[in-house]
Amino acid sequence: MALSKQEWLALEKKAHELRHLTLQTTVWAGSGHLGGGMSVLDLLTVMYYKYLNIKVDDPKWEDRDRFILSKGHAAIAYAPVLCDKGFNDVEMLKTFNLSGSKMGMHLDSNKVVGVDASTGSLGHGASIAAGTALAARLQGKDFLTYIVTGDGELGEGSNWEGFMTMNHYQLSNCIVYIDRNHCMIDGNTEDVMKLEPLADKLTAFGFNTICIDGNNIKELCDATDAAIARSKEKCNPTCILMDTQKGAGLPVAGDYHCHYMAIDDPTFEQYKKELDAYYAKRVERAEKEGE
Amino acid sequence: MAGGFVYNAIDQTEVATAEIYGKAIADIMLNAPKVVAITADLAKSTKLGDVLKVCPERVINVGIAEQDMMGVAAGMAKAGMVPFVSGFSAFCSMRACDQLHTDICYQKANVKIVATHSGTSFGQAGSTHHAITDLAITRAMPNLTVIVPADGVETANAVNAAYATEGPFYIRINRGFDLVLNTTMDYGFEVGKAVTVNEGTDITVIACGSCVAQAKKAAEFLSNADGLSVRVLNMHTIKPIDKEAILKAVLETRRIITVEDHLVTGGLGSAVSEVVVDSGKACAFKMLGHQGFAMIGLQEDIMADAGIDANGIIAAVREVMKKDFEEDDNWDDEY
Repeated sequence: MALSKQEWLALEKKAHELRHLTLQTTVWAGSGHLGGGMSVLDLLTVMYYKYLNIKVDDPKWEDRDRFILSKGHAAIAYAPVLCDKGFNDVEMLKTFNLSGSKMGMHLDSNKVVGVDASTGSLGHGASIAAGTALAARLQGKDFLTYIVTGDGELGEGSNWEGFMTMNHYQLSNCIVYIDRNHCMIDGNTEDVMKLEPLADKLTAFGFNTICIDGNNIKELCDATDAAIARSKEKCNPTCILMDTQKGAGLPVAGDYHCHYMAIDDPTFEQYKKELDAYYAKRVERAEKEGE
Repeated sequence: MAGGFVYNAIDQTEVATAEIYGKAIADIMLNAPKVVAITADLAKSTKLGDVLKVCPERVINVGIAEQDMMGVAAGMAKAGMVPFVSGFSAFCSMRACDQLHTDICYQKANVKIVATHSGTSFGQAGSTHHAITDLAITRAMPNLTVIVPADGVETANAVNAAYATEGPFYIRINRGFDLVLNTTMDYGFEVGKAVTVNEGTDITVIACGSCVAQAKKAAEFLSNADGLSVRVLNMHTIKPIDKEAILKAVLETRRIITVEDHLVTGGLGSAVSEVVVDSGKACAFKMLGHQGFAMIGLQEDIMADAGIDANGIIAAVREVMKKDFEEDDNWDDEY
């Protein structure tokens, strides 16, 4: 069912709140992976506030959908989502990165409630996701596995091993997202290590590839609906290639230097205003294009 | 024990160690629908043939991709299954080291790795296929239990124990046949507890894997030829190591030799030496193992070359027995 305007606006509001909470967490932490956190935040929002079949009061529920953040450094955005959702106390965000905290730069599934896989070392999520999806098949369960990788992360060959397994075993119950924000630590992906033609590569690996604007809630939902519809039958899985902006919503959006940032007080105040303006534009779009 | 099949001495002379693993895991899988076997194009080499007969749908082959194999196993464990991963030791420990560390050990994923072709048991394949660093790597991994069975019967015991115990295991077995050490399964195998293969009071040889049978042979020879009373401990569990048995050996025999088909760096010898040093008790100590990359050849020739066969152990025992290591408090006359 197509996303209603009302639902779109509600998701926009939630994404806006989470962008603010992510920025605030970066300030509490002293610094953080703000760029990659902001680029994937719209996906995190639609996952946790629309799609994932999970129970906050039973986080280990065995039939729950799984979500694997392969780009584990986006924890600066993921932790706020897990706290806002109710898995963990929001107060925990004030301890992010601090000595002795349960929440570090990369989340530990044995310490932070709601995390399905401990990630941080890149290129691990695809195989883990293939494993959970295979386990669902073997056990006759119908939960779905969602996984998001970064784009620079695709330099790790292990991703492609996992993709081969997903396609060989026709794991349509596994839905892959790629956060194509075009940036990595040392520069733009095409300058550091060329990825293009990425969509063709993914299709060549057997995926049903859908290219979307990954910072557009409506496109995210439409693509996810299409992938879920295909998941009912055993067939090749869907990969949703999300064109995103690193640091989406911030004045530094699109600049690879925003991969990891420290925010001083004046910048914090400025960024909060920028996020509000960004939200206003997105609401305007939802109002205009929503049905 | 998981199933009804019992392994004995005759089985071991007719069935290779890895084949006993294959039968043991097939036996478990018959009655345990959550157990799955995962391999990386080595179903045949790691002897999963019996599993393929029993439940082919639960044999997952990921192709030549050990990193993927470990990640998939972690994912399956996270979703409630009990994966037994089978691959060559060299690649399980080195190629997939990060996945072993992060996906399995860090997350305490209930994955059982049965690493075959360990040590120099695939000797003719050369150093790319020798696994003589794997104990150093796996021993350093938190949450991982590391077992080196000495023969086929012990492999069956280790596999059953791993299945019965929550948490990640690394079981390191050889390619081909092992010398028979245990004739029945009920000799008292317990994870983390050394087995006394030979009682002795003059010196203790602590061995694991294929070196245990060599140590036993050496002890029998030394008893007859030199009148020495050599204690032989089968230290099948490298982690958690049996501190009690080691300290008992320190106190009662004052001389220890470790022997393993692994580099002297980081393996059994290192594990035993850590216990001895930490205890503050002194004893004569010698570690036998590979000093560097091993030669190409048959395992028995490589073991002889490295001095980890019966002859090498005999020579080492005689050397250490010559050392003056008394129970008095005078350190000046110690070697």
